[in-house]
Amino acid sequence: MIEVKGLTKYYGELAAVHDLEFSIDRGEVIGFLGLNGAGKTTALKILGCILLPTAGDVTVDGIDIARDPHAVRRRIGFLPDTPPLYNDMTVGRYLKFAAELRGVPSSEADKAVTEAEEKTSTREVHDQPIFSLSHGYRQRVGVAQALVHKPKLLILDEPTSGLDPVQIVEMRATIRALRGEHTVLLSSHILSEISQTCDRLLVIQRGEIVAQGSEQDLAARLGGGGTIEVEVAAPSARAIEVARTVTGIGTCSVLREDGGVALLSLQGAPELRPKVVRALVQNGIDLLRIDRGAARLESIFLRLTKDKDKEQVQ
Amino acid sequence: MSTALLIARRELGGYFRSMTGYVIAGLVLLIDGLMFNAFVLSAGEMYSADVLANFFYISFGTTVIASVFISMRLVAEERQTGTLVLLTSSPVHDWEIIVGKYLSAMAFLAIMTLASVYIPALIFVNGKVSIGHLAAGYLGLLLVGSATLAIGVFGSALARTQVLAAIFSGVIVVSVLIAHLLSRVTDRPLKDTFMALALYARHFPPFQTGQIHLRDVVYYVVVTYVALFAAIRVMEARRWK
Repeated sequence: MIEVKGLTKYYGELAAVHDLEFSIDRGEVIGFLGLNGAGKTTALKILGCILLPTAGDVTVDGIDIARDPHAVRRRIGFLPDTPPLYNDMTVGRYLKFAAELRGVPSSEADKAVTEAEEKTSTREVHDQPIFSLSHGYRQRVGVAQALVHKPKLLILDEPTSGLDPVQIVEMRATIRALRGEHTVLLSSHILSEISQTCDRLLVIQRGEIVAQGSEQDLAARLGGGGTIEVEVAAPSARAIEVARTVTGIGTCSVLREDGGVALLSLQGAPELRPKVVRALVQNGIDLLRIDRGAARLESIFLRLTKDKDKEQVQ
Repeated sequence: MSTALLIARRELGGYFRSMTGYVIAGLVLLIDGLMFNAFVLSAGEMYSADVLANFFYISFGTTVIASVFISMRLVAEERQTGTLVLLTSSPVHDWEIIVGKYLSAMAFLAIMTLASVYIPALIFVNGKVSIGHLAAGYLGLLLVGSATLAIGVFGSALARTQVLAAIFSGVIVVSVLIAHLLSRVTDRPLKDTFMALALYARHFPPFQTGQIHLRDVVYYVVVTYVALFAAIRVMEARRWK
């Protein structure tokens, strides 16, 4: 769906992105992960044909963005970090305007608006003026405008930015529901967000891709296969002894032990969780909670970006 | 062109959905009326044709000032609020964005200008002026409005904020407005060039007195074209930044 080779963008002397190379298959949900100022937004703007690159080749659906940006824009839905909403319009009118702007015939625009509103759960605010919407609804209307013309590629720049926890869960569900029908490229600096929504991650730092792959791939590359966090109502030593019997579980450590409750970190792929649950329960250990290591992706990300920074210093 | 009209329709709706449009139109009509009373009706006896010419002289000033304020928001506001991305990420040419915005501003200015028609109508009923004089005056006002709006669109495309846009276009408009003063202190060929560029001194007085010269019409159309062309080039250049 997307082929990027040697993509470079300079702002004066500063290289916002430098020699980016990656490809994205049709139907994938890809996360663009990086700290603020890493070059995510610049890269997304180039893919969205808003900015022109200084150098490099980018093709979307086989079309070169420099040669035929119009054809590319027809295939793209773009949500910038601030949703481009006209406050004076109602949601319905705004989405109809966005649809017609992207070439949906006037006779089919109402149907396209209804479908986009249903996908993003914004049907109930159809007649409401945009200025009166909550932040969560504004963000969802932003997504609706990006997909109203049924683009092949959806580019969402920080779609959960500024949302409260409930709104984040809703937005996550909305994005997941788009999987398959659209290829989705989203950016975030919220790591848990990326890991839960995306099939694959592209980690960008100082304008360069420093790693790409699934969370497990990245963890494996950095010498670990992921971690599992387990909270049990049992002595930690006993729980660790049982957990180690599961094939694939490596080093186990105690994160906290207090009042007969122990929190353990088990080195192993998150996919081993069902086996760990079975082993603990079959051995009579009360399991209170089990989850993938919350800090895992965070640490992967920090290591990747630190490594890059060290290279820059050297 | 249909996309430009789609953008124009949304923009025009925006003027009437917000207070900005009503405030600008209300102020222009109020100032037109007050100045007409203060400087024309209280100036003693004069021919009705002169009264009408003076009305068009006053309206020239309010049209130019209103055009700068109407156009300052067109691109700069969208850039400030981030809504410009909706247009630039859509399959829309930069010229369609600029022309759409210009057309909406022009339609709004035309509605506002024609709303002042009650003043010349009173002169027409109570004095001896021709419909042709009236039509020529209004054509002149619309042409001046078109040229200054186009300059305003250029300023708005150039600036990051609305205030800067108003300053940029204000400076350009004032420069062409006083170009004839430079013609007094320069020799040929600069003298003729500055005189030919003058927004008011050379090109508007004939309209005031009911005359339409092709030379003046062409001047305002060319200014409109050049300013819009420059605005489109600015939009295209912004894609590199």
